[in-house]
Amino acid sequence: MVSIKKIAAVVFFGCAAMSAQAAGTKAEVIHWWTSGGESAAIKELANAYNAAGGEWVDSAVAGGEQARSTAINRMVGNNAPTAAQFNTSKQFFDLIEGDMLNNVDDVAAKGNWDTVLPTPIINTIKYKGHYFAVPVNIHNPAWIWYSKAAFAKAGVTSEPKTMDELFAALDKVKAAGLVPLALGGQAWQEKMMFDAIFAYVGGADLFLKVYRDRDVNAINTPEFKKVLTTFKRLHDYVDAGSPGRDWNVATGMLISGKAGVQIMGDWAKGEFLAANQTAGKEFGCFAGFGPKAPYVVAGDVFIMPKSSNPEVIKAQQLLATVMVAPATQVAFNNKKGSIPIRTDVDASKMDICAQQGIAAMKDKSRQLPTSTMLVPTDVEGAMQDVVTNFWNKGQSVEEAAKALAAALKK
Amino acid sequence: MRAKNRSLRRNWGTYLALVPMIITVFCVYLGSVLWSFRVSLSSSRTFPSGDFVGAAQYVKLFANDRWQVSMQNLAIFGVLFISICLVLGFLLAVFLDQRIRCEGIFRTIFLYPYAMSFVATGLVWQWMLNPALGIQQTIRVLGFTGFTFDWIVTQDMAIYTVVLASVWQASGLAMALILAGLRGIDEEIWKATRIDGIPRWRVYLSIVIPMIGPSIATVCVLLSVSVVKVYDAVVSMTQGGPGTATEVPAKFIMDYLFGRANIGLASAGSTVLLLLVLAFLLPWIFLRQKAVRKESK
Repeated sequence: MVSIKKIAAVVFFGCAAMSAQAAGTKAEVIHWWTSGGESAAIKELANAYNAAGGEWVDSAVAGGEQARSTAINRMVGNNAPTAAQFNTSKQFFDLIEGDMLNNVDDVAAKGNWDTVLPTPIINTIKYKGHYFAVPVNIHNPAWIWYSKAAFAKAGVTSEPKTMDELFAALDKVKAAGLVPLALGGQAWQEKMMFDAIFAYVGGADLFLKVYRDRDVNAINTPEFKKVLTTFKRLHDYVDAGSPGRDWNVATGMLISGKAGVQIMGDWAKGEFLAANQTAGKEFGCFAGFGPKAPYVVAGDVFIMPKSSNPEVIKAQQLLATVMVAPATQVAFNNKKGSIPIRTDVDASKMDICAQQGIAAMKDKSRQLPTSTMLVPTDVEGAMQDVVTNFWNKGQSVEEAAKALAAALKK
Repeated sequence: MRAKNRSLRRNWGTYLALVPMIITVFCVYLGSVLWSFRVSLSSSRTFPSGDFVGAAQYVKLFANDRWQVSMQNLAIFGVLFISICLVLGFLLAVFLDQRIRCEGIFRTIFLYPYAMSFVATGLVWQWMLNPALGIQQTIRVLGFTGFTFDWIVTQDMAIYTVVLASVWQASGLAMALILAGLRGIDEEIWKATRIDGIPRWRVYLSIVIPMIGPSIATVCVLLSVSVVKVYDAVVSMTQGGPGTATEVPAKFIMDYLFGRANIGLASAGSTVLLLLVLAFLLPWIFLRQKAVRKESK
């Protein structure tokens, strides 16, 4: 009996000692960056945190949805991680409203986030004057990628400067017997392509009217109808194998020169890089048409679950400080394919696509929040259903507009 | 009554051993069911909330286009899947029941699809059916350039490809259960019918099928349950597409539960789904009990 008590005591104190020792600035971080390029990127964050005197405990959960529900379940179950990844969107809005997050106001004030960060991001992470998330990158989901080999074969000599030129280029690629537009026909990819066309053809004002103000009248304007028509026109340029295709398979079609154009977020760059292709050499990239085109801002943030434990708060503050530091930002985003959340960084080490992105971000009037930053997640989902139906069914523009108006109202 | 008491006393050990299971059933299963029913009556989004909005989520659910498409697909899928599986399973079982050689090998081949994860086989089906790289492309390369088989990318036909793949997967199970039933038929009956000179097909139709009724009922229940919860087939083959052409209720619920952060609507959907399951199961349980009571008499 005595011995059992002794063992129990040893185990208990051992554990206590261990946790006391590690509790310093130990931070458990849930994220979904598990692919090769992604885990190399998150390692940069971990290294920076460890170098700053912390101890990074990695909790990778494959798949965004799974990772987010893991984080939420653990927060509800009183076993919250130190920080958890979310998209820069309304995904964590319910968490803020439910008072389940610690704010990072001190770090934000010290780092002068109000002036450093782009407005769309501030609008997403700042609620009633408090900062509730730490942004780490800017992904633009509306890049237009093209294969230089396919364009050369089809006789397209210059980068399309307008939507009409893009259609002309697609026609030429089609005539050359290649797939003009490589699309992964999954609902989210179709919605993303729709939003890209929406931003470039409809313009930022209309985009905000529909998504931010949820103004049903804006949907019934000729401008919006033009967006729908242009989007549907692209359907003539996809191949029969498109439905159900994964986005990276579609990118593969550009890499092998079998397809001309793909509209996809800048994470597609990782696929090109993995195939040893260089931006500007084997493939080209542009985000919209002309020097004033809206630059769609999306990305990832880390939220800090509520805790009153001073050690946890210390770890959260340190994490926040490290994550937005310029050096970490460049190192991390270089590997991630995204661009830094701040424009005051040394862009010379980044590729030409990222440099284009940073240049675009310097013009505040070009920054346009993505739809998920503006509408609640279930509304976004309902709109995705409408767009994928419009794309795949023989629906008229009027029917689609009506369905979109109904989805927005919900 | 006294007999019942005695058996209770005698079997107390058995009941004690069942206690953990009973607790699990009541607290975990039934508790979760009640909990999600409660959530379906609230306006919950990411988190369960305690307010009460009546049947609002159900109204929203049945007004939702995608839910309607899902229910429609469930009906198409259910009718086709169960009937084709039953017919195919029965024919395969009859085929194996002819005392053929290498029966074990055939049995394994027919049952094998059921043993494999649909996530993997569904992906193979997706590739096979994809017009740009599957069957259509192969046959076109062989010289038949006019050949078209593009159901999986066609709005109106995509759901039938899901039926096709699911039948491929589950008809082996139907075969195994029906075969077991066939093996239970007394050899004497066969001898008697032979003496009477009744054609084989007639024996199967009029004598054997009624006799293996319980096996067929079991197959029906198992297949119906897999119809209601069909999810992996759709996710691995079409992801609900093209458009929303192959959406099913289980996928709707999963999407709203996690991706779309609306657990109120998702719970309403799963309550409806549960009612559907009960609608399938209750008549079966009722019939079973009636049969048992008849036997014990």
